[in-house]
Amino acid sequence: MSLLRIENLTIRTGGQALVKDMSLVIEPGARVGLIGESGSGKSLTALAAIGLLPPGLKPEGSILLDGVQVIGAPEEKLKALRGRTAAFVFQEPLTALDPLMKIGRQVAEPIARRHRRDGRSAGRQEIVAEVRHYLERVALPDIDRIMNAYPFQISGGQRQRVAIAMALACRPKLLIADEPTTALDVTTQAEILELLSTLVREEGMALLFISHDLPVVAKVAEEVTVLRRGQVVEQGPVRSVFGSPQHEYTKMLVDAAAAFDRALGAQQ
Amino acid sequence: MTLISVDSVAFGYSRKEPVLHDVSFTVKKGVNLGLVGESGSGKSTILKLLLGLERPSSGVIRFEGQPMNLNDREFMRRYRRAVQAVFQDPYSSLDPRQKVEAIIAEPLRALKIPGDHRAAIEQALADVGLPVDAISRYPHEFSGGQRQRIALARAIVARPQLVLADEAVSALDLSTRIRIVDLLKDLSKAITILLVSHDLGVVAALCEEIIILEKGRIVEAGRTEDILARPQHPYTRKLLASVPRMPA
Repeated sequence: MSLLRIENLTIRTGGQALVKDMSLVIEPGARVGLIGESGSGKSLTALAAIGLLPPGLKPEGSILLDGVQVIGAPEEKLKALRGRTAAFVFQEPLTALDPLMKIGRQVAEPIARRHRRDGRSAGRQEIVAEVRHYLERVALPDIDRIMNAYPFQISGGQRQRVAIAMALACRPKLLIADEPTTALDVTTQAEILELLSTLVREEGMALLFISHDLPVVAKVAEEVTVLRRGQVVEQGPVRSVFGSPQHEYTKMLVDAAAAFDRALGAQQ
Repeated sequence: MTLISVDSVAFGYSRKEPVLHDVSFTVKKGVNLGLVGESGSGKSTILKLLLGLERPSSGVIRFEGQPMNLNDREFMRRYRRAVQAVFQDPYSSLDPRQKVEAIIAEPLRALKIPGDHRAAIEQALADVGLPVDAISRYPHEFSGGQRQRIALARAIVARPQLVLADEAVSALDLSTRIRIVDLLKDLSKAITILLVSHDLGVVAALCEEIIILEKGRIVEAGRTEDILARPQHPYTRKLLASVPRMPA
């Protein structure tokens, strides 16, 4: 069974379709990139996949997440899916984290939630040990200090590592990352991309990686879907879509990315 | 010919924590210069100093050999006519309540430049590839890329010698970004561009010379081609290695 099967998804607001007839399949353990420019509907598609569309946006079609129909599902059913099946990492870790809560407590929340979900209560010691484990998993230094710090007291890259740790702590089957490195410096971006690739492989999770940046997607994804104005223009393995794009729009994107790439000269 | 020389400039908001240490470089007429660095590198601070929004704590900035003096109104008028700016976000850098004509005319009015303003505005619009009927419309009627063209038209309408571009293409989509870089390249036949950016690819595509900044210090500077081919400083190497590349 596919982990995520989106079929003929259309998302409307008023009379306007923001996503049109979109289909996308993610198998367990697959790493899929979703590429598009602003207004392409890439973030809406990801939000729809876990039933988080803002009110006023109506999805039609079918979204099967781990076999459960998301469209039209009651909130209780969706809550059970979030975390257990899919977890989200957002673009801006400063707004994704609670500014008034110390990092240690924030990471403890999804851990405690998972234990409750599994029907067992975990003691404080056990949860703290797990918090440390996940902060170690995302290669954060000086864990004692970070657990006691507020989000504003650590760097942007460290905040994104914390956000990733919180997503991992849910032990999801699918990790959805929406432009997780766009707000970061380029050297930090390289570290986070490396971390995400390693974690996804080691934990056996599937990855839906959303980005406007072609080379970034090439770093982490095996398959790619290109969206333009809410419609899929091309889908396939990264190598073939980037290597020999078929659609005019994909060609234009690949040519533009290659032009900046060429300007940098041969890779060191 | 040297347009601007920055000579041993340091800057800090407090004495304890300087954000720029002993920075020296020159901007030469006709040679596009890229200032590259990550957050905290001091690139925006250098831009603020060049815009005359802050004064160096020590060191001197010279324009055509004359030390920059924010109190000398005559000098500053001449400086602002020669040095204009374009910013990152074309949604916040254009006044939403002004028509494009008034937006582009701003430098002509503020600098009290004589002559036919309407003709100058129409020429600037043509130079940035916008239709002449854009003149009577408002910013909200344009896309992000078109807005950046309007901001560029405003920057070049007074025919400056240098345009300071602060991450001027970073907020744009890839397909738009490449067109605006092409436009900047085209404009730089007549006007020198100093591009402040974190994006090495854009700087490589546009600038003949490059300065790499780390924590308020210049770690490497020279011809872009040479530095990309043979980076000397470990930080430059790390920066270059971090840029994700298209699969071969």
